Amino acid sequence: MYRYDPYDHAMVKARVAQFRDQTNRWQAGELSDEEFRPLRLQNGLYMQRHAPMLRIAVPYAMISAAQLRVLAAIAREEDKGYAHFTTRHNLQYNWIPMDRVPDVLERLADVEMHAIQTSGNCIRNVTSDQFAGIAPDEVVDTRPLAEIIRQWSTFHPEFAFLPRKFKIAVHGAERDRAVVQVHDIGLHLYRDDKGEVLARVWVGGGLGRTPILGEVINEALPWRHLLSYMEAIIRVYNLEGRRDNPYKARIKILVKALGIEEFRRKVDAEWADLKDGPATITDAELARVSAYFTAPAYASLPDTDADYEARLASDKAFARWVQQNVHAHRVPGYRAVTLSLKQKGFAPGDITDVQMDAVADLADAYSFGELRSSHEQNLVLSDVELRKLPELFDKAKELKLASSTVGLLTDIICCPGGDFCDLANAKSIPIAKAIMERFDDLDYLHDIGELDLNISGCMNACGHHHVGHIGVLGVDKNDEEWYQVTIGGRQGNDTRLGKVIGPSFAAADMPDVVTKLLETYVKLREPEERFVATVVRVGLDPFKLSVYGDSAKNRANKNKEANNG
Amino acid sequence: MAEILKNGQVHNDNWQVLRPEADAELATISVPAGQWLVPFALWQTQSAALKSRNDIGVWLSPEDDLSAVAAEFAGWPLVAIDFPKFTDGRGYSIAWRLRNHHKYSGELRAIGNVLVDQLFFMLRVGFDTLALDPKVSTEAALKHLTPFPDTYQGSTDNPAPLFRQVDRASATQGGARS
Repeated sequence: MYRYDPYDHAMVKARVAQFRDQTNRWQAGELSDEEFRPLRLQNGLYMQRHAPMLRIAVPYAMISAAQLRVLAAIAREEDKGYAHFTTRHNLQYNWIPMDRVPDVLERLADVEMHAIQTSGNCIRNVTSDQFAGIAPDEVVDTRPLAEIIRQWSTFHPEFAFLPRKFKIAVHGAERDRAVVQVHDIGLHLYRDDKGEVLARVWVGGGLGRTPILGEVINEALPWRHLLSYMEAIIRVYNLEGRRDNPYKARIKILVKALGIEEFRRKVDAEWADLKDGPATITDAELARVSAYFTAPAYASLPDTDADYEARLASDKAFARWVQQNVHAHRVPGYRAVTLSLKQKGFAPGDITDVQMDAVADLADAYSFGELRSSHEQNLVLSDVELRKLPELFDKAKELKLASSTVGLLTDIICCPGGDFCDLANAKSIPIAKAIMERFDDLDYLHDIGELDLNISGCMNACGHHHVGHIGVLGVDKNDEEWYQVTIGGRQGNDTRLGKVIGPSFAAADMPDVVTKLLETYVKLREPEERFVATVVRVGLDPFKLSVYGDSAKNRANKNKEANNG
Repeated sequence: MAEILKNGQVHNDNWQVLRPEADAELATISVPAGQWLVPFALWQTQSAALKSRNDIGVWLSPEDDLSAVAAEFAGWPLVAIDFPKFTDGRGYSIAWRLRNHHKYSGELRAIGNVLVDQLFFMLRVGFDTLALDPKVSTEAALKHLTPFPDTYQGSTDNPAPLFRQVDRASATQGGARS
């Protein structure tokens, strides 16, 4: 993975010193709360319900065992012994005292980590495919260009005070695992028939209050123009994006207002000044950064193993784990393994300091000391020998990191919600926990099959509820927490936004609602048909009927009347 | 007499900023004697009269039409860009465009809510003089002009990104996996 050179080290150290000084000036009253706010946000620091929340970048999903041990030590010594992985390759602490943050950032800088631009109205941490470099369907390894984008966006002088946050995602495989169409800029790297790397560029996607899928602004942008082209896009946005209303300030609103044709015309006019200029990425720079992402020293192995096969045949639990949590690898005899952070009784994405240390040991023992954090809030050991899978399973199970539910109903994506977040309208973690309690029968979960259930505690959609096969959105009605349900959303190459099934529900009803949706699916599905495919085929009505055809409907209606009346 | 920052030092300066009331009738405003920065809209209304003076500069609001500005700026001794709030980042891109697209080479000044922690960015995109917000001390500002030793990306101050400034491959001390 990428390692800092002396320039990177100096920049991150300088940032820590700058933030320490800013914190001191704020505490001394030289900076007002309002003046300090964007400065702390651009260092990942939010003021939350109980304490500040510190968000640390895991750039394009890559993290080393050594880094994870430092994150564990910080959780133990500075926080309450746990941390939370988000949907965007970030790790969050919830309890670090304000005046300890500069020291924590210093500790992170020592292991080449930072919290730079993980929040604020600036270019955020670039996200990518957790299987970059190892996926059999990969066409272009996204990591070198993602790192080049990370450096370009870091302390960009012109784009630190955009109208709103700005998220870039990049994927380079046949299947999009980075949900690029719901980002401000989405990049799909591919090759032309001569092997040259091109980018299909989407612009104006985003979830939040007004979910919109991005539109293609450029079908075939040569890789060396990526930085200058994005500079043109973001300059047009910086100058013309709305600043009068934060809910209308994302680039998606500008692109919709102008139309993609007019927006493209403006970007092309802006780009005319920049194309082939100094921001053009050189072969030498791509080669320099790519050298950090060479393959580890893989052993030459057969793509099968007798002990592994025997265990597969004799141990149903192991077989299930392999089916759900073990992923194909481009190198024979190797697999990628998802360690599930979805344990009954815990918030999705949460991990303890002890688990982090143990996972770091697993990474050292089984995966060349490297890990990935996934959009689905799990951790991935990227390079595990097939023959070691049985022993890894046994160890992961002891650590409670082997729920064989990756991709299933209880692999829930969930934001921190009203338990922690100041923005939330409703709690999300208790809903996730209740659903995980209700559906803990593995036979049933495997029978239901692939199902993305995503929960957000407010319109900001950090839990990506719009693209869940089942999406749950917490809403506030007269100071009470209610939950609106969408179905039919999906991510991937055919990303779609889910549709609302009807009036919202009380928290206590949510497990029943999910049960009814699943019963309807089981009744109507064709052989091998996934939940979301059934929704697409039969439409919403049978699902609505099952959910609202009894007391849930009456309760929901009463709630609606109360609100209307 | 006010103080401004220029070339990393404090300078005394006589330019005053004329900020008419929002509903003022621009044609009837009389610009007093002395060095005045007037809003672009006022310049457009009174350009015939103001052109005869050599002590009139123009300040731009983020809303002003830059191509109209570009048609006029040749005769101005100074262009200022107003930051109505420090969180309004349009001024950075306006400065970049004036310098790089419209090739403005005269003095470019940041005015308005100009605070300590944004000065580095302002100097990078093309401002050369900084009129600090009255609440900011010049001593504090001077200490924070260059918080970072290098720049990853190009801008007006240096269009070359770091990878064109230095040979980073040789600078690496055993970082890459061998």
